[in-house]
Amino acid sequence: MTTHTYDALVVGAGGAGMRAAIELSDTVKTAVISKLYPTRSHTGAAQGGVCAALGNTEEDHPEWHAFDTIKGGDYLVDQPAAMLMTEEAIQAIYQLERWGLPFNRTPDGRIDQRRFGGHTAEHGERPVRRACYAADRTGHMILQTLYQQCVKRNVRFFNEFYCLDLLRDEDGTTAGIVAYELATGELHVFRAKSVVFATGGYGRMFRVTSNAHALTGDGPAVVWRRGIPLEDMEMFQFHPTGLARLGVLLSEAARGEGGIVLNKDGERFMERYAPTIKDLAPRDMVSRAIYQEIKEGRGGGPNGDWAFLDISHLDPRVIEEKLPDITEFARIYLKVEPTKEPVPIQPTAHYAMGGIPTDTDGRVVIGPDEAVVPGLYAAGECACVSVHGANRLGTNSLLDLVVFGRRAGQDAARHANDAELAPLPEAPDARVLEQLNRILGRTSGDNAADIRKELQDNMFDLAFVVRSEEGLAKMQSVLGGLRERYDRVAITDKSALYNTDLMETVELGYLLDCADALVGSARARTESRGGHYREDHPLRDDANWLKHSLAYRNDDGSIRLDYKPVKMGPYIPMERKY
Amino acid sequence: MATAAEALNASDDQRVGTKPGAMTLAVRVRRFNPEVSQDSWWDEWTVQCEPLERLVEVLHQIKWHHDGTLSFRRSCAHGICGSDAMLINGRNQLACKVLAEDVGPKVTIEPIRGLPVLKDLIVDMDPFMDEYRAVLPFLINDSGEPDKERRQSPEDRHRYDDTTKCILCACCTTSCPVFWGDGGYVGPAAIVNAHRFIFDSRDEAGRERMKILSEKTGVFRCRTTFNCTDACPRGIQVTKAIQEVKRAILFERF
Repeated sequence: MTTHTYDALVVGAGGAGMRAAIELSDTVKTAVISKLYPTRSHTGAAQGGVCAALGNTEEDHPEWHAFDTIKGGDYLVDQPAAMLMTEEAIQAIYQLERWGLPFNRTPDGRIDQRRFGGHTAEHGERPVRRACYAADRTGHMILQTLYQQCVKRNVRFFNEFYCLDLLRDEDGTTAGIVAYELATGELHVFRAKSVVFATGGYGRMFRVTSNAHALTGDGPAVVWRRGIPLEDMEMFQFHPTGLARLGVLLSEAARGEGGIVLNKDGERFMERYAPTIKDLAPRDMVSRAIYQEIKEGRGGGPNGDWAFLDISHLDPRVIEEKLPDITEFARIYLKVEPTKEPVPIQPTAHYAMGGIPTDTDGRVVIGPDEAVVPGLYAAGECACVSVHGANRLGTNSLLDLVVFGRRAGQDAARHANDAELAPLPEAPDARVLEQLNRILGRTSGDNAADIRKELQDNMFDLAFVVRSEEGLAKMQSVLGGLRERYDRVAITDKSALYNTDLMETVELGYLLDCADALVGSARARTESRGGHYREDHPLRDDANWLKHSLAYRNDDGSIRLDYKPVKMGPYIPMERKY
Repeated sequence: MATAAEALNASDDQRVGTKPGAMTLAVRVRRFNPEVSQDSWWDEWTVQCEPLERLVEVLHQIKWHHDGTLSFRRSCAHGICGSDAMLINGRNQLACKVLAEDVGPKVTIEPIRGLPVLKDLIVDMDPFMDEYRAVLPFLINDSGEPDKERRQSPEDRHRYDDTTKCILCACCTTSCPVFWGDGGYVGPAAIVNAHRFIFDSRDEAGRERMKILSEKTGVFRCRTTFNCTDACPRGIQVTKAIQEVKRAILFERF
């Protein structure tokens, strides 16, 4: 075991992690621990844009953006946080541009902007051009630009290091983390005063997902096992336009540029569900509309469970200039030519609105009274600020990670300057060693891949776009069985070098934890709101459920639920129509 | 153009590959594990897969159900993260952008060349990233920061569009015979990333980068074999970008 000491650590090198690292490395000794090389992070897969009310192509205001974010989130958004994010959005975008991000431009050389789902002018009157973009690879350009800035600042990266445990002292103060070096199998203890978790999402618990294989909820699970609750885990976004069967994302920008969604009869059905903004309705509504069409027999494909995204009527130059990547995905993976024919699509598990609860400085907070955990931070998809509430608007994830990555980094630097290094617990790597040795020590047992597949198939069938008491209860019992089998998992690779077999098994444990929290929170929430739709409770219930869920893990592995109020502001919850 | 309804029906045919186990694929992989042997060896598996199955998922099928020790990098599985560059049937490609039907019924997979192999298909990426870092791959502009965005015309933006697509997968650099033969060459990917800034109208350090690339390890090592352009999974005209940097150095025009 090697021990390292830093002022601050960032776990995860996607957009939020690197944005925090840029902020930290200017003032305190910082290291970034990442299980992937930074440019492999899934921020790079984001396509359509990042919103800010720059008003470059038409009138716009941060206040309109805040309203859309809050309404889009079905009023589970903490309103002061959303207002802060949309105000700071403007400088955050200019900052990215000054760092070299190659945004598409207007004829007069300013950052170009386009339409996106749920983003409107004058509180829902009409779609507005708010999304700043770089073709359909905006996330790629954000990730590259942030990495370039890290290179410029000589940020210290520990690449292909997996975070396996959070260390806290007796008072609960953050003391560091334990990490596993993939190249050697060695354990490393990193001591630090501030630790920022920025590990991304956990979409890999579902069969159809836009998420990378790496998105296994490592950060949320690691802190959950150390007493931190997880907030609003039932709020998961199912993006309506995943490539059929595969789940690979086809950006909402396709609809922003004029693409439409069709059923098997060629009907543009969103005209019935959202008469004002039609195909540009928020993602949860479009996904549910697709489900409704399928249920009523108007789905296409061999199993009748597809809809179709049609961009064939768009100007080929628009497709070439603004949507090149997604066009290529359809060509390569489904052998469909989007300039000539509609592309088969299916809702795909896309984004976790819930996660590690934080305040607007990225500080992790526990319980209804939001007690700060000294030195512990989270930012990006693994965090829940909450700016996305029950349904995130397109583009707001990239905005979230630059705004709150920066804020978390700033406060983590402040804390690292003020605080003392917390003492390490005795044998800090003991728990991890025991966990790994248990898996490595078994010569026979269950297969991790089989367990993962059953998890993914069942979550897709029982906890996806449409949920019910019956289905979620069944899912909980499935999870109980999978958990038992997980405790008997054996692997074939026992080597020390690049043991991805071992790490995939550890990641499966994280997915099971996140699924436990998601299903437990979803079963309790007997209403429908945003991405959480209960067919047995189809209406939103503000009287009882205008509150955030907090899921805790008990020592025996069971879940305890608690709640905290939504931070309200100027916007009174109203019926969500578009 | 077909009507929407006709096109929808067309999309329903079996090209969209829904029949499981529709083809047999023999997968031959060059293995290496220094804990087992100092020499590499070959393993071969025969698997059933869908014609439209991505090769990376075929490798997963082997890893998850036949041999858990098979090691390779992957993440996004749709050609964006750049983790799974491999030498597939003699050509550098991303395993997630190659479909079974494109390579079947036999496929040979080896690690990309020119970088030290660490285990199976995993190579040491650090030398590659060191070359990338050497070309100052970040915007340099000391003329003071504007309150808003810097202006850039759509034409100026278009000038360097192609080279912004790079995902640092190393397909180009590790397909280059000059890079294999001489560890001193910075390689195509580093030049692509220098190009991205040299031709960005907002950047002021083009001369510094060109000085670095005019050194003996730099751009004039390129012998214009076009392997890099053929290998790029993002469709970047890599050789063209290298030629543009050469010309800029020779004529100081950029």
